[in-house]
Amino acid sequence: MLKTIAIFLAGKFKKFTMRFKKSKTMKDYMMVYYSEAKSARLTRRKVAWITSGGPVEPLIAMNVIPIYPENHGAMIGASKMGGGLCELAETMGYSADLCSYARSDIACATVNGGPIGGLPKPDMLVCCNNICGTVLKWYEVQARYFNVPLFILDTPFCHTEYTKEAAKYVRAQFDEYIVFLEKACKKKFDYERLKKVGHLSHQGQLLWQAVLDTATNKPAPMSAFDAFYHLALIVTLRGTQDVIDYYTQLLALMKNRIARGIGAVPNEKYRLLWDNIPIWHRTRWLSEKFASHNACLVADTYTTAWCGALKYIDETKFLDSMAEAHARIYLNIGIDEMAKMVLEMIDKYDVDGFVLHSNRSCKPYSFGQLDIQSIVEKERGIPCLMLEADMTDERSFSESQISTRIDAFMEIIKERKAVSKK
Amino acid sequence: MKKITELRKIVSNPYAYVRKYRKQSGKKVVGYFCSYAPEELIWAAGALPLRMFGTSENIHLADTHLQAYCCSLVRGILEEALANRLDFLDGVVFPHTCDSFQRLSDIWRLNIPRQFHIDVVLPVKLDTPSAKRYLYDVLGKFRKDLGDALGVKITDKMLVKSIKTYNKIRSLIRKLYELRSKNHKILSGADFHAIIKAAMIMDRDYFLEALSEIVGQLKKAKPAKAAGDVKRLVISGSVCSHPDIYDIIENSGGVVVGDDLCTGYRYFEGMMDEKKPPLKAITARYLERIICPAKHLQLKGRGENLIRMVKESKADGVVFLLLKFCDPHAFDYPYIKEMLEKENIPCMLLDMEEQLPSGGQLQTRLETFTQIL
Repeated sequence: MLKTIAIFLAGKFKKFTMRFKKSKTMKDYMMVYYSEAKSARLTRRKVAWITSGGPVEPLIAMNVIPIYPENHGAMIGASKMGGGLCELAETMGYSADLCSYARSDIACATVNGGPIGGLPKPDMLVCCNNICGTVLKWYEVQARYFNVPLFILDTPFCHTEYTKEAAKYVRAQFDEYIVFLEKACKKKFDYERLKKVGHLSHQGQLLWQAVLDTATNKPAPMSAFDAFYHLALIVTLRGTQDVIDYYTQLLALMKNRIARGIGAVPNEKYRLLWDNIPIWHRTRWLSEKFASHNACLVADTYTTAWCGALKYIDETKFLDSMAEAHARIYLNIGIDEMAKMVLEMIDKYDVDGFVLHSNRSCKPYSFGQLDIQSIVEKERGIPCLMLEADMTDERSFSESQISTRIDAFMEIIKERKAVSKK
Repeated sequence: MKKITELRKIVSNPYAYVRKYRKQSGKKVVGYFCSYAPEELIWAAGALPLRMFGTSENIHLADTHLQAYCCSLVRGILEEALANRLDFLDGVVFPHTCDSFQRLSDIWRLNIPRQFHIDVVLPVKLDTPSAKRYLYDVLGKFRKDLGDALGVKITDKMLVKSIKTYNKIRSLIRKLYELRSKNHKILSGADFHAIIKAAMIMDRDYFLEALSEIVGQLKKAKPAKAAGDVKRLVISGSVCSHPDIYDIIENSGGVVVGDDLCTGYRYFEGMMDEKKPPLKAITARYLERIICPAKHLQLKGRGENLIRMVKESKADGVVFLLLKFCDPHAFDYPYIKEMLEKENIPCMLLDMEEQLPSGGQLQTRLETFTQIL
């Protein structure tokens, strides 16, 4: 209890001092966010664990604190604690071939380990399977472990179309979701508040898109590695004013860098596109590795997923359009449509090469990559590189092999660029 | 038994059977990939539903589309298609199951030409009113899509006829399970496996005839008394296309008396109400059958079902046959194991790679297990 009070006070103090800070950092926001979440029992707020592609806006409208085990998984990976936690999950009987986010989270919940001493216990779980079938199994495990209600938002996969049957089904589930929340929170749903939250969420996504768009500039003021870092807020606090404030500030910063001709990579000569979830335990190493070749990863398919469904959002019909936007996100569509989006990004950011992370942990993201790669090679003729690794489990990473492959890949890009300049 | 010999021959080379059948009957052949494919509709439409098992040997063409951490079932099926061994298929039906099959459908659609391709995007959860309604809607859409692809209008009358055939097959297979559970000596494990597999390959009317004959004869058969010290086992997993496993278990002092397999009881379990409107009856069956772990129906449903099965069949233990890289099963294994332990039901885990571990090694492990039971 004393610990909770200390966390609570630290968060309050941080929030207070932030008022006087001209530029607020990601660390500031995350510190306040996690301390509020960890002292939720004290402030009698409910905590919901939710998947990264799940509808968070109704939670914010109900004053529930959303917690993202996937974001936590990324933090575990970045602090190189994934291997240890995954190993613990394996001793619990979970196969080493399962998703490393799921393995680390399942293990972490039992020991309160990881970089922030575990996540606050959930009062409810909200699982949207628009990113994978793994989250369903993972949230079932946690629903049994914590013995709390689980809401599943089932978004039928859109191989070639979003059928009218699926549209009706997903829309109906948003109503069921609201009934679920009313029951879990023991209060009526505030539709007026949802309108405001929906507006902020939409604005936040537009701003995030604008931030990412700045990388179309040559040199790119930010790289995909920066995007991996700044992404945390659009994932965790979508629908709040904080997101607007932070990305407004970030956008101004990027525009300023563009005006001054500052690039993320000091001597940007080659521009690359990244596919799949980052290799969290090696982001710095990879960033430096590519920078040493004067190459900048200017964009990626992963961070754009949080603004990729913007075209479906209509604030005046927020719940209806949310249904469609959730069903048609990047990972819930056929690989031909994904390839089309990749080609658009290649053109938009004017890239010289495509780097694909074949991620053992993420089957829906990784299976089909080889076909996307062939489509890219055929349609745009740019070199592609596939790296075998894992997002969180650092045991599946061979530094020397990957280093050699990146060197070889960059040689091809350099030669091609030299030829095309002649 | 003559009929069993015939079935075994068909099962050992299903493609030859299907090619010949297609030529002789003029019927179309539709490949499907999991026990959630509503094959009652395919049969009703006058086409032969053929379950895809894939190959476990020499997978190399699939490597250019799927990474090594994809399960051998999915890779093996793609290999067959890329090697042009499935050119007799008029179409394929992909019911939505796991992440790997979901992507296999995309890869198939982009790389395997000259077939119609239908995705049946079933709900993943089965226990809410909207999901039940959606399943009904999706099956209605499938009825139309399939009819269009095959150039027929699938009427209620056709559906009712198909439902009756499937009900008869399913009740006879259940009878077969019962007979074997009482005395496994009446039918060898490998023969049993062949019959089960034939149900997913053969002309269903002809299979029903053959099955009736087999069950009729087995009912009358007076086999040797079952040995007393044989350990009764339930096997649990996804697909089991290894006929040998039944024999190996029997040679290790055990006998399979029940299963929770996609190519086993999960495929046969659940009857359709012949009095209901046919599409409603089919929908109800898919909502209520024992689920595969890629679907959601209650948090402990699969564990409870397995325990019930063990108790009902008076089994001594459970053998998990888990296919490597099969996520849904791997996620369920720890909780089900824990539930079994609480009930004092011993279990063992056999991790399967592309092929079964070598016979001798497997037999030793199974012997060790049956000895502790």
